[in-house]
Amino acid sequence: MASLTPSVNRPTSFSWGRVFIYTVLITGAIISVIPFIHMIMTSLKSYGSVVNLNLWPWSPFGDEPLQWQNYPDAIAAAGTDRIWNMPLVVRYFINSIIITASTVFGVLITSILAAYTFAYIDVPGKNILFMLVLATIMIPSDLTLVPKVVMMFQWKWYNTYAALIVPFLVSVFGIFLMRQFFMQIPRDLFDAALIDGGGHLQYLLYVVVPLSRPAIITTALLNFIFAWDSFKWPLLVTRDSNMRVLAVGLQQFMASEGGTKIHLLLAFAGMVVIPVIVFYFFTQKYFTEGIARTGIKG
Amino acid sequence: MAVTAQTEQVRAPSFFTQRRWRKLQEFSFGYTLLAPAFILLAVFELYPFFFGAYISMCNWTLDCRKFIWFDNYVRAFQDEDVWHAFFVTVMYSVISVPLQLGLGLALAYLLFQKVRGQEALRVMFFMPYITSSVASAAVWAYLYSPDQGLINFVLGKFGIPAIKWLGEPTGIFNLMLRSSGVTLPWWGEGPSLALLSVIIYTTWVFVGYDIAIFLAGLGNIPTELYDAAKVDGASGWNLFRHITIPLLSPTTFFLLILTVIGTFKAFNHIYVMTGGGPGDATTNAAIFIFQQMFQYNRYGYSAALSFLMFFIILILTVIQNRVASERVVYD
Repeated sequence: MASLTPSVNRPTSFSWGRVFIYTVLITGAIISVIPFIHMIMTSLKSYGSVVNLNLWPWSPFGDEPLQWQNYPDAIAAAGTDRIWNMPLVVRYFINSIIITASTVFGVLITSILAAYTFAYIDVPGKNILFMLVLATIMIPSDLTLVPKVVMMFQWKWYNTYAALIVPFLVSVFGIFLMRQFFMQIPRDLFDAALIDGGGHLQYLLYVVVPLSRPAIITTALLNFIFAWDSFKWPLLVTRDSNMRVLAVGLQQFMASEGGTKIHLLLAFAGMVVIPVIVFYFFTQKYFTEGIARTGIKG
Repeated sequence: MAVTAQTEQVRAPSFFTQRRWRKLQEFSFGYTLLAPAFILLAVFELYPFFFGAYISMCNWTLDCRKFIWFDNYVRAFQDEDVWHAFFVTVMYSVISVPLQLGLGLALAYLLFQKVRGQEALRVMFFMPYITSSVASAAVWAYLYSPDQGLINFVLGKFGIPAIKWLGEPTGIFNLMLRSSGVTLPWWGEGPSLALLSVIIYTTWVFVGYDIAIFLAGLGNIPTELYDAAKVDGASGWNLFRHITIPLLSPTTFFLLILTVIGTFKAFNHIYVMTGGGPGDATTNAAIFIFQQMFQYNRYGYSAALSFLMFFIILILTVIQNRVASERVVYD
């Protein structure tokens, strides 16, 4: 057990302790990724191989070619959007991208603006206003689900992009994180900017925002995961299939066609998962840094 | 130039001195920056809170048909299905919270031992957390499939007969005792296998996140403490027990609160994998509240249940805070 102690100057020589550590860690890591690998593999099999549980139907053990056709087949099986005249899957993608991009962009703007006042302008009642913002953290989104759905009906926002985007344009967490970050920027910079004849707006755009890149990236990434993953709300406030987001589209496909055509279902799931994983590989440094710094999901 | 000189002359004695004018300008600028966030928060957080409280006291169909005060709340306490959903929620939380945190801490601690390829391992552990929960739940539903799933396939290789996993509403203790002919009552049969399958999935998703947070916490413990303890002859388990655990307690507490709240709100993956079934074996509070609104259009009842849930989470958080104030070591 001695090798289990964190040590700065321990040489990495062979010991049973280290064998144990590596065995556990590698097993865990394999379990973490195997569902993804299995998903991709299954999405490239014929229906027959899926049903017969043929784990590796391709050469050298079998004679089946990789079934790339499953992907276009899955897209075809999900149906067409008659209004925009395209496959529904493509429409789901467009919807998800529109909603995710607008919420991420919107949250950044509202957070940066509000945080700037909280950090730099001593408006009367600032502390009370800030307490008010923090108090809304106490209101969980599930608590207000029913009234918000009713509001969407009353405003005729049901089944529109507005319902999917506008309620998510603000994030208390984003405001809080930005404010914390802005306060760390040395005050001298502000005075120097004022002497140079700049006002608040110049200072915000040319000093604060460039210096706050890490906080901005963290907020953007966390909100990206949150928006891309949203499921319950879109399910509640959309009716037409062409207003669905990817997650809802996938669930509906699973509940109908994909329930039996597993190879197509997993091809669909692959189309949802793979872009995010690729994106994650390029940005994972920021993810872990952001998570470590904030410790909070969006 | 003459014009500016003139206006300043006019303005000088008035209430709006230049200085005050500047301040006023600054303040209005400040409030303008706050406005978008505040309007959105007021409309989509604050107002719905009070509106929801109102709806919860209504017999609601399109609008408030009848104001019935606390009837929805009273009804909730008499509703057997509510108690069942609450039972499922608590069961889900009680099992998955220690499982997630324990596994997360153990793996983080091992990862922290200057392991080669630490970065790659961490990326792999984190992958389930960042992928869309609906997609990964769909994949897991397939993994759990009794006749086509990978899990039963592997178990079959070891001679274990097919297990129904997500489709099994029987409690796990009763499943174990099945061959002996003994049947335990509902309160003693433990979580249903379906619920346990959901819990395994949840653990798979969140362990990577817990690892990331624990690693950050471990990095904050000064190494001198370990060195000093080692000089005093402590090693292995003792170091972990008397240095790591106490100094990590703020991180653990933070994760505990977050995970408990998370398990009480669990929805997406359960809805995708089982829809609350089989029967109502995995119908937790979130699924039940959703069904009341989405399927039965009982808006008032659903709103009342949401408030009850909110109070339960609030009480739990307060209790956890109380306990933590005695136990958590902040330095």
